[in-house]
Order: sequence, then structure tokens, then C-alpha cells
Amino acid sequence: MMKYSFFPGCSMGSTAKCYRLSLEYVCRQIGMDLYEIDGWNCCGATSAHVMNEVMGLALPALSLAKAEKNFPHLDIATGCAACYSRLKTAAHHCKNDAGVRYQVEKTIGMPYEAKREVLNFMDIFGTEEAMTAMQEKIRRPLKGLKVACYYGCLNVRPAAITGAPDRENPMTMENIISLSGADCIDWSFKTECCGGAHQNDATTETRPLVDVIIRNAVANGAQCIVTACPLCNMNLEMRQKEYERIFGTPRIPVFAFTELIAIAMGAHWNEIALDAHYTDASKIIAEAIRAGKEADVK
Amino acid sequence: MSRVGVFVCHCGTNIAQTVDVERVAEAAKSFPGVVYSSTYKYMCSEPGQAMIKETIEKENLDRIVICSCTPRMHEVTFRKMLKGTKINPYQLEIANIREQCSWVHTDKEKATEKAINLARMSVAKVLLNEPLHTSSIPITKRALVIGGGIAGIQAALDIADAGHEVVLVEKESSIGGKMAMLDKTFPTLDCSACISTPKMVDVSQHPNITLMTSSEIESVGGYVGNFDVTIRQKAKYVNHDICTGCGLCETKCPTKVISEFNQGLAKRPAIGKMYAQAVPAKPVIDPNACRKLIDGKCGLCAKLCPLGCINFEDEDKLVTEKFGAIVVATGYQLIEWGELYPEYGGGKYKDVITGLQFERLVNASGPSEGHILRPSDNTEPKTIVIIKCVGSRDPKKGKSYCSRACCMYGAKHAHQILDKIPGAKVVTFYIDVRTPGKNYEEFYDNTRHDGAIYVRGRVSKIYEEDGKLICLGEDSLLARKVAVKADMVVLETAMVPAVGIRELAGMLGIAVDNHGWVTEAHPKLRPVETQTGGVFLCGVCQGPKDIPDTVAQAGAAASKVIGLLNKDSMETSPMISKVDESKCAGCGFCVKMCPYKAITLEDIDVRQGPKTVKKTVAKINGGLCQGCGACNVACRTGCIELLGFKNNQILEEVDSLCL
Repeated sequence: MMKYSFFPGCSMGSTAKCYRLSLEYVCRQIGMDLYEIDGWNCCGATSAHVMNEVMGLALPALSLAKAEKNFPHLDIATGCAACYSRLKTAAHHCKNDAGVRYQVEKTIGMPYEAKREVLNFMDIFGTEEAMTAMQEKIRRPLKGLKVACYYGCLNVRPAAITGAPDRENPMTMENIISLSGADCIDWSFKTECCGGAHQNDATTETRPLVDVIIRNAVANGAQCIVTACPLCNMNLEMRQKEYERIFGTPRIPVFAFTELIAIAMGAHWNEIALDAHYTDASKIIAEAIRAGKEADVK
Repeated sequence: MSRVGVFVCHCGTNIAQTVDVERVAEAAKSFPGVVYSSTYKYMCSEPGQAMIKETIEKENLDRIVICSCTPRMHEVTFRKMLKGTKINPYQLEIANIREQCSWVHTDKEKATEKAINLARMSVAKVLLNEPLHTSSIPITKRALVIGGGIAGIQAALDIADAGHEVVLVEKESSIGGKMAMLDKTFPTLDCSACISTPKMVDVSQHPNITLMTSSEIESVGGYVGNFDVTIRQKAKYVNHDICTGCGLCETKCPTKVISEFNQGLAKRPAIGKMYAQAVPAKPVIDPNACRKLIDGKCGLCAKLCPLGCINFEDEDKLVTEKFGAIVVATGYQLIEWGELYPEYGGGKYKDVITGLQFERLVNASGPSEGHILRPSDNTEPKTIVIIKCVGSRDPKKGKSYCSRACCMYGAKHAHQILDKIPGAKVVTFYIDVRTPGKNYEEFYDNTRHDGAIYVRGRVSKIYEEDGKLICLGEDSLLARKVAVKADMVVLETAMVPAVGIRELAGMLGIAVDNHGWVTEAHPKLRPVETQTGGVFLCGVCQGPKDIPDTVAQAGAAASKVIGLLNKDSMETSPMISKVDESKCAGCGFCVKMCPYKAITLEDIDVRQGPKTVKKTVAKINGGLCQGCGACNVACRTGCIELLGFKNNQILEEVDSLCL
């Protein structure tokens, strides 16, 4: 049963247009149903929990409580690493600490039992059922495309809350991407911090963070980077011109990981807004598709 | 009618400052049974003791209460004092009015009141004290040393030199332990093998030492002076009685496996000595690698051996021997850092090595004959990063404790690199530099003068790029991030207890702490004893330490063993549990509770009217019982009582306070 409550988060309707369209495309293809939580609100990232601990938990818990009320049997899916972190943290604390749960329930004014799991889309597409379903829908493999899978920090950390088995070298995204026929490179900055929201306010400190991430991906032969978070995606992609000017950082296309799957499934350019990206990736994608076709003919 | 004397000690001002001792003495006069009370400045001093003895005679006292410090401090002193008097040494009670009163209170009025109550309770108890008598047990004049590292070697030699028989048990095929793997030792840089191998040879040649290698402890029974220890001698598949150690068998062995001695940096054949200077200098077969033992093919070594020593049918042997004392010297191993530090590659980079691997690399008898070469491509590294406290001082990642030796061997590694590789660059990341030993600080200073760069901070990540290991870290003194492009990284990893220490401790009835280090009987005053009589400890099994401390501790443990074995018999404490067989139901709860394995169930004959019937009862072994009282609590019929702490004595104390 591939059904989930869906917490889109604020970026999904704006900067992460490509992510959302491709995500929905893949879900349609494999028959996965996402039920958007009615009346979801800001998850609080990344300021709420620094300002007030209870508020930091209550904000995400309110959305989770609504999900629990409307879809009591569904796990909660979210596509953003920061949303995932906040929702997961709230669920974790409410589940394991009766005192916290009491405080949170008082604050949000409704019951919240934290019975269902909070999952990111790597967890969701990484299940055997979803992997098999996606495998069946791949129509044009992206042969020879060298991909660096970038997880960011909050999809895996802190391990005590996310339960990620390997916080330095996770492999779930690689497993999913390899369905598309692309080659995932081995590199060292999979879970390094992209600077998050501090790319807006502490630029001198955070700009170099992205520089080393991109450099390492390129040094290991990547032609593009895929992410599983709208903010990571934006930080890696949107300011590449600036990075190039300051540090001489090489340019490289950055996608949401669902985009590559959608392309391999045959999604049309427009269907998933592939042209909305900042760095032109049409060449490498076209080449990979051509290579895939040639390999098929042989 | 009992005649009790109460003696209140001032302990200088330790007690008198917070407790009005005169008032305590005055109040004591009104307690039932008390015929005399007085105070004195230092009760434990020579004149103090003389005063007590005089008073006993003069006042015809038959039991006394001393209000002073903790009984742990001077109970033994005062019992000894009573030996020459008409009072039995166990007709004495100590009221602890120092540690449990004056030291922990500030209000003199309330403290005095409490001291009076403590005295009152002691008087109530002493009235019920019965004379107790020590018994003596014979001592087997042989010692067992478990572990053949430098600690065990030193302890065995010292005990043997004093004229006592020693059995040294080592689980590997050679003694020598970790010290045999090391290249040079700080701070004098003398060659580790040159100072340890002569001792190893001494062990093998000493007439009083029996060496049992490839052996492990199977079970331990008995008690101080009379341990029965069963030792498993693992199959060696080579008859060491005939073998001359010629080494021919090793030459043609087709199986090559990872060498543990070389820390995985080289391979070894399935038959052979552990290393060139091994003691005994004779080979054994590794049953997990040998083709003949695994699938029955090969047997080349047997064909080569000119003396026919190889015996593929060899089996483990169990021997049981008697010992008077046991020394635990099981040492340490290094923490498995891979899982703890995925950010350092978790073991996937060949050139990120441990300190012990570096020792093998830099050692002239190691795989690279002393040339420092990268394990990945056998080239000489130019820039080397040393990271200290990997797994140490970090409860979130590894262990909370400091491993003590790493600061110094880290400095030694830096020195050796700068010495052996011209133009080399060494960057050492540290939290603190701790060099409290003799000449240690000077050594560290010299290393920095040699050119080692010390960066205060931790390395957050190591990754490979363009054939270099990039170490990202922080210089916390300059508050800036640093990145070092290194050719090789040496991790000075934490020491952790040897495998199997918990099982061994269980057999010996000794305690280990939450990390697995063996707990000493008292951290300051009984550092080489355990809380089980006759079992001593030395070396790193007690906690991380360097070679000088290990050898010193081994000597200390040996002297304790010699002191014990020099006696023909020893006194046992009479304050042990006693079973009232008429009440005992034989349920066996106490047997399970006893941490010292001192209780067994036994069938006895009892008269029931005209008939004699069998009955199962608990029996206490006086040699093993340490008087902890655990069985008292477990006993459902209340038939076990601890002599000196009987139920009625304790209840009387409580009544005197509360009623």
C-alpha cells in the first residue's frame, strides 16, 4: 500500500517547483498516493527551535496532529530535509517523552499520539515495493550519466532521531538513482552542510561550504548533482555564478533526485519544468538518453 | 553485667571543631552499660592507645566503643591494640563521628547531637557483641600470572626471583604482548625489543617459572591461598618437546593470512612463530587458516619437518592446578575506530592507520623493515597528520577517559617521522598535551623544536582527493578552520580492555567498571589488590597506563603476592556468614546471590524424633566468604546471619536511636 500523508512545506510551491512536479510525476507513474495534510503550517525551520524549544516542537506537531486526525493509518511523507528534521524531531520527542507530549498537546490544543512515522522520500522510494514499481516504469535509461548524490545534513543527522544507519556514507539515494540507469559516483561530501538558511544571512561563512561540495563532486567525475531537499538544491544551484566569481567554482547542473527518475520514466521536458533550472543540463541529459537508446539497440 | 568504656577522639580539630566532644563523653555516661567515658586528642596515637589499655585494666572494662574516624581507617589498629588485653578484639565498636558527622556538617549543635546518637547506637550494639576468633588456612606457595605482556612478565619474574613457583599463562603463542610490537619507547627512545626480549628469555629460562602459551583460563575455584584453576592449553599441532624451532616448516606453507602481530600490514603463513623473537621460539599452526586442518589437503610442513614434530591430531588439553595467589595482567587492545569514525573514512582509506600500525611500519623488524611507507602504494609520505584522542576523552563517540600514553607516543611518532624522512612535515591535532611523567615534557618540547606542528583542535573529516588525504579541522587557538593535505594519517586510538576480561573477572569473582577495566580494592591505598582476597592486578587491565607505570605496578603486585606466599598460613576474618541449619530450608537463594561463590548446598543428617533424615542446607566456605552480607538479605527463613552484624545487633542499634 503506497499511501502517505504529505507535508509539502513552504518551498514545494515556490523554489522547488521542479522537485514537486517530478515527485508528483513519479508518484503518478507508480501509483503512489500522497494526501496533502489539510491546513498544514510552517514546520518552524530553522528559527523556531532556537527561539523557543516548545514552540520548535509544537509547530511541526500541529501539522502532524492534523495528519493523525485526518489519515490515522498513514505515515507522513515530506520532501524537504529541514521539514523532515523538524517533523521527525517533534514526533520522536512526543513519542518518547510523556512530559514533552503533554506540553505540546497543551500548546497546540489537540491530541497528538505520535503513532505514525515521519519519512523522507528516500525512505519512501527506497522500499522494495516502490523500487520494483519504479523499475517497471523506466522507459529510457540515462546511460553513462555520472551523478553525485547529495543528502545534506538533516536527512541523516542526528542519527539518534533519524535512525540513519550510516551518517557519513548513506546509500539509499544511490540505490534509487541507479534505477534510472545513471552511474552514481563515490565522493566525500554527501552529507556535508550546505549552509542552509544561513546562506542568506552569513554569506562569508557559508559560501565556501558549497564551494567545497561542488569541487569534490566534480573532482570525483560528477556531471550533475542530485539532492533530496529544496533548500540544498537552491543553495547548490542558484548562486553558482557567484561561487564561480569568488572561488572559481566549476558550474554543474543540480537536480532533485526525482527529476532524473521522471526523465528516465519518459517525462516530457515541460511536464517537470526542467527548463526552470539555472544551469543548462539539456546537453548531458540528451547525451545520456542517446547513450541509453544505443545500448538498448545493441 | 557488661562494663562498657566509651572513648571520644578529638582527631586534632577534625572532630572537635564541629562536635563538642566533651558533651559526647558526658552524655555517653548515661547510656546503659557504660561505666566509663573520656576524650583524647588523638586516640589512634601511641599514648592514646596506652591510655585506653590502662583504662581497660583500671575500670575492668569488658567491651569498648571508640568514637572516631571511619572503621575503614583504624578499626584494624584498635583490634590489634586489644590483642594484648583481656578484651576480645571483636568486642569493639567504632562510632564514625568524623566522615559521617564532623566533616559533613557545619552546625556544631546539631553535629554534637548526631555524634551522641551515633555513640548511643554503638553502645547498644557492642552490648550484644560476641567474642569472635580468627582461624587460619594453609597457603599453596605458587602463583598464577594471567597475561604475558610486560606486566605479567615483570610480575612473574619478581615473584619467581623471590623463590616462589609461578605459572605464566598467555593466550597467544608467544609472550611479549603489545610491548613486543613497539619500535622505540618514550622518552629515552630505547628500542622496545632490546629491553623487553631479554626479560622474555629470562621468563623462559627461569627455574621457578612454568610458561603456558596458547592457553586460557577455563575455570577458577577455591579461595585465597588455595585456588583451583583449570587452564585450557589450546592445540598447537606442533610437539614443542621435540621442536628445535628451526623454522623449516614455515618456508613452504602455501597459506598466507593477515598477520595480527603486524596489525594487518603484512601476511604470515598458517604455521609459524608469532614473530622472530617469539618466546617460546617455536611454531604453532593456526587451525583457522591451515589447509590440512580445514579440508584435509596439504600437510607440506609435516613432510618438511626433519624431527616429525607436526601432529595434526593434536587436541586442547585441560589441566587443573593449585595456586595461592593470582595476578591479573591481561592488558588492553585498541578501540575499533572504524565504526565510531565514519568521518575518517571508517577504515576505507588504507593510509589512515592506527598508532600501533605505525609502530610496525617504523619498526626495523616490521613489514617495511623500518622504512615509513604508505600502506597503499609503498611510497614515502611527506606530510603526515597525527590525530590524538581518537576514541578517548569523547563519551559521545568512544570513551570518556584519557588513554594516558597517546600524548607521549604521539610525540614519539612525530619525532620518528621527522628523524627518518628528510623534509617531512608533521601536523599533530590535539585537545590537550598531557606529559606528566619524568622527562616527558622535555621530550614533547624537543619534538616541537624538531619541527612538529601542534594544532589544538579536532579533525572533523578526512577525505581523499587527488591521491591526498584532506584533513579538515579546527585550530581552536586561532579560531579558524584548517585543511591539511596529508599523505598519511596516524590515529592515536583509545585503549580498551582485552577481549574476554568480563568473563575472566566473573570466574575470578573480581569487579570491572563500566568500561571493563578491573577495579582495584581501593584507588589510593590498595591499588594492586582486587576486592577478592588473593587476586591481584597490574598493568593496563586496571586502566590505561604507559610502560614505566605498568612495570612499577607489576612489581607492586608481585610484592603483595610474595608477602602472601611467604606465610605458611593466613588468618581469616571471623566476620563471615553463619547458617542456622535447623532453620535452613535449602532453597538455594543464597547460593545464587553470593558474589564470591562461597555458598554451596549440602545434604546433612538431622534427627527428627526417633528418626534420622536427610536435609539439604546451605554451607558457607569460610575461606571464600568476604562477609558482604548479600546472603543475609536473600535468606527467606532468616537462617543466615553475619557474625558481628547479627540481626539483633542491628535492630538494637535502630531501637536505641528510635525508641
